[in-house]
Amino acid sequence: MTDPLDEVFRHEVGRCTATLIRVLGDIDLAEDAVAEAFAIAAERWPRTGIPPNPGGWITTTARNRAIDRLRRESTRSEWHLAAHRLHIENMDPDHNPELDRLDDFVDVVADDQLRLMFLCAHPALAADAQVALILRLLGGLETGEIAKAYLVPEATMAQRIVRAKRKLHDNHASYRIPRAAELPDRLSAVLAAIYLIYTEGHTATSGRTLTRTDLSTEAIGLGGTFVELMPDEPEAIGLLALMLLTESRRPARITTDGTMVRLADQDRTRWDRELISEGHELVRACLRRNQPGPFQIQAAIAAVHADAPTAEATDWSQIIALYDQLYVLRPNPVVALNRSVAFAELHGPAGGLAALAEIDPASLENYQPFHAASADLLARAGHHQEAVAAYERAIELTTNPVERDFLVRQRAVLERRVTPEVR
Amino acid sequence: MPQYLISVWHDDTFEVDFSTPDAQRLAAQVGAFNNDLQEAGAWVFAAGLHPASSATVVRSSGGDVSMTDGPYAETKEQMGGFWMIEAVDLEAALEWAGRAAVACEGPVEVRPAQG
Repeated sequence: MTDPLDEVFRHEVGRCTATLIRVLGDIDLAEDAVAEAFAIAAERWPRTGIPPNPGGWITTTARNRAIDRLRRESTRSEWHLAAHRLHIENMDPDHNPELDRLDDFVDVVADDQLRLMFLCAHPALAADAQVALILRLLGGLETGEIAKAYLVPEATMAQRIVRAKRKLHDNHASYRIPRAAELPDRLSAVLAAIYLIYTEGHTATSGRTLTRTDLSTEAIGLGGTFVELMPDEPEAIGLLALMLLTESRRPARITTDGTMVRLADQDRTRWDRELISEGHELVRACLRRNQPGPFQIQAAIAAVHADAPTAEATDWSQIIALYDQLYVLRPNPVVALNRSVAFAELHGPAGGLAALAEIDPASLENYQPFHAASADLLARAGHHQEAVAAYERAIELTTNPVERDFLVRQRAVLERRVTPEVR
Repeated sequence: MPQYLISVWHDDTFEVDFSTPDAQRLAAQVGAFNNDLQEAGAWVFAAGLHPASSATVVRSSGGDVSMTDGPYAETKEQMGGFWMIEAVDLEAALEWAGRAAVACEGPVEVRPAQG
């Protein structure tokens, strides 16, 4: 059973931090104050019970602690400045009329959460810093946990987070929801960062296991929150649907002994039907809005896969049509590669190879999935020796041991076929 | 209000020949951008610089001052000019920077000033 306090922490820490950053105007102060408030709660709640609005209680307590600390540590003039900004005296977290107007409170908190999402995924920050800040501030993960998830030393991750915070601070980054003119870019930055967390969880770049469930779960949670905060944003819905539908296949992606299974070979009875129907519902909501975007189209592709009882029964022409649509919005070689793979399912491996040949190979030279897909198509078309060479290249490029095992096995199967030819 | 340096970066061999139509177009664009900055009250000061080969490096060591032919950083890209602007926050500064990049048809760097 999960500790109810942990539950409150997971649910509230991002929201409380978001509000405290606005109130205090400082990320570090806000983090410390929220941590202190949770420590007080851990000591008190087992005796008093969890208050009806735990998030409000934490926020109020954290604010009071921050005020006490400012009063203690700042000089007189600094204190006047801070008091002016905080403009109220200590509040009693158990009898706070502000918290009684719960609806107003919830609205403000929602805005704070959005502000923090946009701040963390600021385009002026590098992607790895955006992701670290999101996990730290909105997810409430410890720096050590994030470092472990990304397999970097804790000191490296700590430095990354400190630098990112410092950059935002030194640059006077705003704590507001972007204006309409800025919104499209800022929004795609947030969605891209959440998806990056998801994909890192889904195919870890390294590490002993193929998936790191915690990061994926975290990303789906963040994606869900973002949809709640921006319910009219179809791409946010598309991203959530894409993550849920991809996640639905997780139980079938890896066998009990830890080997990877390709989509075509997966036991589809193991796919998570609940996630699929949730994903489908969201894809349908996107279709009704009729404002397609890259995440929505990728979600639609995942939905077509989810619909098929077997790989053979997949509606490949529908998938190809969706890839064509995606290519119009995102004309990049990775989309073309995925389209070629789908094309091969409908028109055979030779057709797939012909489609692949239209992509500039230099653009995908260092992209492992390109070589793995080429190898597979070459093998199926009977070009075993070229297939072995393509597997070699894919193996060189892969950083995940489980994926590597899979590729090595594929190559071994082929080599057994190639050897007699050579002799 | 926070101040930001928006600097323009060129290849170290870059030199402007003001008689060419390209340079005249750039000058007109930058002139219009400068006007907009001034009208919005965002202008602090700005300058286009002579090529990096015109630079001299001056050092001091224990009270002794010495000079060498510059530029200081032996890099392929050098600063070709800059604006010092005032903006309410980073987002406003980045918006100006975007317009600066369009006006001078090249990359710019945004850096906050201390204080």
